[in-house]
Amino acid sequence: MCLGIPGEVLSAVDGPLRMGRVAFGGVTKDVCLAYVPEATPGDFVVVHAGFAISRVDPEGARRVFAYLEEIGGTDEVREGESR
Amino acid sequence: MRYVEEYRGADEARRYARALQSLVTRPWTLMEVCGGQTHAIVRFGIDQLLPPQITLLHGPGCPVCVTPVEMLDKALAIASRPGVVFCSFGDMLRVPGSGRDLLSVKAAGGDVRIVYSPMDALALAERLPEREVVFFAVGFETTAPACAMAVHEARRRGLRNFSLLVAHVLVPPAMEALLAAPGRRMDGFLAAGHVCTIMGMEAYEPLARAYRVPIVVTGFEPLDLLQGIHMCVAQLESGRATVENQYARAVRVVGNESAQAMLREVFEVVPRTWRGIGPIAASGLGLRAAFADWDAARKFDVVSVGGREDAGCQSGLVLQGRLKPPECPAFGTRCTPDTPLGATMVSSEGACAAYYRYRRFQSPCPPTSP
Repeated sequence: MCLGIPGEVLSAVDGPLRMGRVAFGGVTKDVCLAYVPEATPGDFVVVHAGFAISRVDPEGARRVFAYLEEIGGTDEVREGESR
Repeated sequence: MRYVEEYRGADEARRYARALQSLVTRPWTLMEVCGGQTHAIVRFGIDQLLPPQITLLHGPGCPVCVTPVEMLDKALAIASRPGVVFCSFGDMLRVPGSGRDLLSVKAAGGDVRIVYSPMDALALAERLPEREVVFFAVGFETTAPACAMAVHEARRRGLRNFSLLVAHVLVPPAMEALLAAPGRRMDGFLAAGHVCTIMGMEAYEPLARAYRVPIVVTGFEPLDLLQGIHMCVAQLESGRATVENQYARAVRVVGNESAQAMLREVFEVVPRTWRGIGPIAASGLGLRAAFADWDAARKFDVVSVGGREDAGCQSGLVLQGRLKPPECPAFGTRCTPDTPLGATMVSSEGACAAYYRYRRFQSPCPPTSP
């Protein structure tokens, strides 16, 4: 129900209701951008039920991997080696 | 797809699993409160990657599942009226009310339509001025801003033939109800990422403090879930109980302020009954008086009759994390997605449906070793 799909803003048109085109892989949709006034073409946004609800922060996006390095997930076992 | 595939790496997942293995020293039970996370945990087998000391419980995280029978009966009554076009998200169509569902209303000639967004229902109202278009506004804080915008636009455009049947529910009050219940089983929470995208993280601080429970705002992909679990267990192992944000790429501490402003303008907090749990104070959203003309419950004046649940359905216990789906005697026998006894088997985000789809061929005992 709260499914949110990240997509790339292709265009944005200001008006009484800010709208734009957003690309998800090969599919492009009309999305309401009223809740992400800061998003511009080239940004990625999380889309739910026809509305962009958040701009994806590229810095925040790297944290999953940075955290893994921090907790020592760099790992005593080489890639591809079975346990 | 960018921001999806990179969070599904099997190698990183194994590294997270090993890090958890070396972190955990005693049994811990975590609960997620988001149907999307429940579905991902079962689909990707996240629970089977974890050390045996870590148990995941599935909470009341599916809005479709917690919409009470009385509300469904109202929807069925409105959808059956001549001249009404009843619009809904697809996952509500097969949820049983007192004996029927929206799909059977459609089969009997009712105009029931699946839409992707409440704005699609608004566009229908614009196209069909002679019909009454009703949207079934179900969902958590993630979905409420879309419905708020639709009704706000209806007023701005002077569309009188559009209305919402509002059944929105709020996550933090349900978490508190579970925390305050006797015999609490969860030591920590994974909070729902997209709910927090809208609402931010502040509502969880008092819960973490009062109940001494770590709460980690978590995303939906396998690596998100594994990191969220690691952060939560790291807090438990070190005796901390704070609110942390795993899902930093989409969640700011303050949330989405323009969406919150729209929610405040259109909705007010109301008490709400949760299917399988019961009434929870201040746990829902209803339309403010300024939008009364767009309130379907008022417009169609449907009286609430006491709903009937199937006596063999234990979804209430499943929704509270007190029963795992395979532990229900009806699971996979009398109750399947084709013949569901309750909402948790209908909705793709219901715990019962997720287990049926991905785990039905396993022994009914939850697996203990990864």
